[in-house]
Amino acid sequence: MASPPQAITGERDLRLDLFRGVALWLIFLDHIPENIVNWFTIRNYGFSDATEIFIFISGYTAAFVYGRTMRDRGFVLSSARILRRAWQIYVAHIFLFTIFMAEIAYVAATFDNPLYAEEMKILDFLKQPDVTIFQALLLKFKPVNMDVLPLYIALLLLFPPMLFLLLRYPNFALAGSAAVYALNWKLDFNLPAYPNGVWYFNPFAWQLLFVFGAWCALGGAQRLSVVLRSHIVLWLAVVYLVFAFVITLTWHFESLDRFVPVLLKDVMYPVDKTNLDVLRFAHFLALAAVTVRFVPRDWSGLNSAILQPAIRCGQHSLEVFCLGVFLAFAGQFIIAESSGGPLLQTAISLLGIFIMIGTAYLISWYKGMEGRSPVPRVKTRDADLAGGEA
Amino acid sequence: MTFVMAILATIAFVNGAAAATAAEECDVPESLISAETDLTRVANEISDHHRLDISVVGSGSSVLSGPDGPHFAYPAQLEQVLKERLPGNEIKVTVHIQARQVTADMAAALPKILSEDQPTLVIWQAGTVDALRGVEPEEFRTSLDQGLDVVAGANADAIMMNMQYSPRTESMLNVSSYADVMRWVAEQRGVLLFDRLAIMRYWSDAGIFDLYTATSGYAMAHRVHECIGRALASQIISAGHLDAGKLQTTR
Repeated sequence: MASPPQAITGERDLRLDLFRGVALWLIFLDHIPENIVNWFTIRNYGFSDATEIFIFISGYTAAFVYGRTMRDRGFVLSSARILRRAWQIYVAHIFLFTIFMAEIAYVAATFDNPLYAEEMKILDFLKQPDVTIFQALLLKFKPVNMDVLPLYIALLLLFPPMLFLLLRYPNFALAGSAAVYALNWKLDFNLPAYPNGVWYFNPFAWQLLFVFGAWCALGGAQRLSVVLRSHIVLWLAVVYLVFAFVITLTWHFESLDRFVPVLLKDVMYPVDKTNLDVLRFAHFLALAAVTVRFVPRDWSGLNSAILQPAIRCGQHSLEVFCLGVFLAFAGQFIIAESSGGPLLQTAISLLGIFIMIGTAYLISWYKGMEGRSPVPRVKTRDADLAGGEA
Repeated sequence: MTFVMAILATIAFVNGAAAATAAEECDVPESLISAETDLTRVANEISDHHRLDISVVGSGSSVLSGPDGPHFAYPAQLEQVLKERLPGNEIKVTVHIQARQVTADMAAALPKILSEDQPTLVIWQAGTVDALRGVEPEEFRTSLDQGLDVVAGANADAIMMNMQYSPRTESMLNVSSYADVMRWVAEQRGVLLFDRLAIMRYWSDAGIFDLYTATSGYAMAHRVHECIGRALASQIISAGHLDAGKLQTTR
């Protein structure tokens, strides 16, 4: 158990970038509520969605990057780097919050409709900006769709000791993480939110995915590969994915709902996103197992031109994520202003993704000019959103 | 004299035309109006006593402000439509609307309301204020369960009504998780849900109402509420099987 992890392998696993890039696109699409295109995103076809992919890969890359630093340069320096990263993400979050406030203030000033007198009360917080802004700085006030970065900050703040453990006793650390997750079913801990309630993504639950990703990066994936090669596991995963797909279909077509046995519903529902329902976690695992099976690390397609845009986005995930949140705001705003139909929604979705890709290339170009090209070099820089640029 | 008659005729004609367009506007696909659970108490009350007492419990989105707002809000519209569609029956809709009350407040107020009104049907509009206040979904669910227990204990049928579809506030006010809870509770308890969210979304998507419009006028709000009243009446009539037999001949 205490054997030092042999792998923090030097080579970059492009699959991580690819899937993180795709996850970023999906998150962008899902964040535009009125969007015909988000029928294509995976949340409609199973329990888990892009958030799981994103958090897992972020854990993986965080361990990949900072694990090396911790091994080579010690606990203090690597912790400092992790905390600096958390700070950068915090600043990014506050920046997005500012944009959000601008949008809200605009809506408050221009939109009025007696039909929505009650809903408009949500704008009341503008009447007390002192409280609201302060609560936002404390990460307690989080507007809709701005929950991922605070989760990330929380996970990174606790990551130094976790990484320390993972490097020495990886299985023990993972078991500890799973124990916290399971214990929380009973204890129901979560961080408080403002003005009421709790964090949308409970860090005590979601840490499991992050730590699991980190564990995989530090040699766990290799240990798991024996399991993943088994046909039984593959079939179990496929069967579960099909099951989840069928269940999700009954959410969209209510006429199908009556075919789901009541007993099964009592066990399954509600599928809780806040506390990373075990059905969601299992769905992610199944998805990952199947993906790893059919997309091997040395898959030639990873070098094909078609996939490069997604890979590039995945390599600059903090910037692209923030941009995606902003574009989702902007896109939604345009759709609302023009009462837009499916055509406009599709156009905005595509345009948004193009802008994300263009920006990712621009950042690559800039970093290349500055001599910090992420791809060929192994030297550690910041992990982009705990990760990408290693 | 003929002049007055002409004016009256014109008014009648315009009114009729307006009513016709409202009815057309209000078209809602049947799939959006669930009638999976029978309103047996409503059916019995109509067939045995030819009357129906309805209590509407809700928050701000069950009423309209402005001149004569309550008269145009959906509870009053519902009463009127039911009277038209169920002639020969005494229909009474009593409203208990209080702005800013969360579901827990309403659940606590239900016993008193029920003992005063003795209704056969309770329409419970909930969720918006809970979303505004960020009430924990689990707590929201418990409150719904409590309230529905009270309604069942008072021997009344229940219809839950969820939030309005409000595209302009959607990026600030996330109602979907509360809507999910209501669907789940409805499903689990076999209680009818009036899916206002889906219905209004349909009206928006179909171009029937432009719910993005910024306006200080009441015209659209009145029409939306009228349509909600109509859709609600349709749900009550089909889930109570009130369209059958002699009722149908009177239409």
